[in-house]
Amino acid sequence: MTDTLAQAAPQAPATPPRKGGALKNRHVLGWLQAAPLTFVLIAFLVAPIVMIVIVSFWQATEFSIIPAFSLENYEFLFGSPVTYRVFLATFKYALITWALTLVIGFTVAYYLAFHIRSQSIQIALFLVCTIPFWTSNIIRMISWIPFLGRNGIANQTLISWGVIDEPLEWLLYSDFSVILAFVHLYTLFMVVPIFNTMMRIDKSLLEAARDGGANGYQTLVNVVIPLTKPGIMIGTIFVVTLVMGDFITVRFMSGSQRANVGRLISNDIGLLQYPSAAATAVVLLCTVLIVIGILLRFVNIRKEL
Amino acid sequence: MRSGADLELVHLTKRYGTALAVNDINHVFTNGTYVCLLGPSGCGKSSTLRMIAGHESVSEGQIVLDGHDISYLPPAKRGTAMMFQSYALFPHLSVRDNVAFSLKMKGEDKATRHRKADEMLELVDMGHLSARLPAQLSGGQQQRVALARALVTNPRVLLLDEPLSALDPFLRIRVRAELKRLQRELGITFIHVTHGQDEALALADEMVVMNNAVIEQAGPAREVFTAPRTEFVARFMGGHNIITLGDASYALRADEVRLAPQGHAATVRTVEYQGNHVAVTSAMGEAEVLALIPDHDFFKDPKNPGDAVSLAWDEGRLHRLQA
Repeated sequence: MTDTLAQAAPQAPATPPRKGGALKNRHVLGWLQAAPLTFVLIAFLVAPIVMIVIVSFWQATEFSIIPAFSLENYEFLFGSPVTYRVFLATFKYALITWALTLVIGFTVAYYLAFHIRSQSIQIALFLVCTIPFWTSNIIRMISWIPFLGRNGIANQTLISWGVIDEPLEWLLYSDFSVILAFVHLYTLFMVVPIFNTMMRIDKSLLEAARDGGANGYQTLVNVVIPLTKPGIMIGTIFVVTLVMGDFITVRFMSGSQRANVGRLISNDIGLLQYPSAAATAVVLLCTVLIVIGILLRFVNIRKEL
Repeated sequence: MRSGADLELVHLTKRYGTALAVNDINHVFTNGTYVCLLGPSGCGKSSTLRMIAGHESVSEGQIVLDGHDISYLPPAKRGTAMMFQSYALFPHLSVRDNVAFSLKMKGEDKATRHRKADEMLELVDMGHLSARLPAQLSGGQQQRVALARALVTNPRVLLLDEPLSALDPFLRIRVRAELKRLQRELGITFIHVTHGQDEALALADEMVVMNNAVIEQAGPAREVFTAPRTEFVARFMGGHNIITLGDASYALRADEVRLAPQGHAATVRTVEYQGNHVAVTSAMGEAEVLALIPDHDFFKDPKNPGDAVSLAWDEGRLHRLQA
């Protein structure tokens, strides 16, 4: 002990002794600096998920929850054809909504980024895009109902124009209205990241493409889309996770006639079947993580962050 | 010297709203020459270049190449190619695919366009890096790739927008020698926009000095330097003194001014040693006169700021200016 001290002392004679020996070590200091965020993440992200996973292995009856390990929730879930149908419906909503928001979002972002020259108008129009978000999403959904209903504005207009003789039944409380609401709610999540990536594209690249003889379509396919991929991918992750986790839109816009995984969970919770709801949630979480994992294989979004 | 293949600007005008960027200029660029468009920022040189390239619309006038009016053709149909100031390489494409871009747009098959791109990359000595992405190249290498990409279309006129401004001073001198060599080998017209007069002097067969949206003077580099037409050209080219005698202004090259036993009385303001020579700035009445004295002459009888000297020059070296 004395030997080591004697050896160590001459190597660091200039360092004045400081209070709190542990703080001198930069590794300890680093951990301390990271501690608050770690605590927040553990308390509000990791712990709840761990709890859901644990509860998903519990048993439940109509009136009690039995904290004992059992696979019965998962057995029931994977054994029931309803599960597969509902998951399939969830994927269907996600896919169609993704395709529509991508086309609309890309077009809007492209127009904003490349066709609006003045920056102030650009910002103004961008803010206009966010107007739907100034009110709650329930209000936004409900506002569709008088428009799409059996005697709603859409049907009455079409009848008065003579386009149809009888009101269209599929306008409201159908897959159509569900997807319409999804697209309405989530297109902005596509516009923002795509617009952001597009704004970073050097405008001289478009001139270089024109100089090389590319027409508008060729420039779009060979230059703009490849360079916008990271933004498209971020928007895709937003939209897919939001749609797959949603339950309220499906309930409202389908008049409780359609189901997705979120509604499965919400029904279980309504019936106080927490373990079963937890198991469904775990499966949904894994599914979404797998989908995102696959998406990230295609594009390296880290480069853009 | 005129041939049908010349590039000609006829009453070319560019307006942005009410602001005049290029004001009714006329000029003939002789085929196969290295032309430098020189001028301070905002003089209209870049607008002129971009109009020739087709990236800026022509407000009035015509651009004629090879006897055809190309003013309203799309860039790729003009027989010109542009090398951009920031190079504008496509960051998601390899060097080879960058060079082959215009061939791909024309619909040539993969084998042909790769072969042509590789040939072009060999020409600029970049063949060994054809698989890299632009971000993995140095500034000088990116510049060569941009050059190869512009040349792969076999243009009759290559337009270079401040091609050397992003390079460090040593590289700049090396690259400009390469540009000149390439232009000689290819025998096509290079139009090179720059605001550096030393760059223009080093490269240009013909120099076009622009100021305030018009051409101040055009001609062979030596003629522009030794016989500037206006005070602006003399000042912009540097190395000239403007001396007013009577009611006329004269340009006098700084290296023609001597420190002599007899002559115009002056007081030394500053002395700068510059290696080959010493720059002595003196006050001669109201005017400041710069004299570049060969260093061995200066150090035979060194001067300090504040010393009284007399300046002399051969009267024949005074060059009368128009304005």
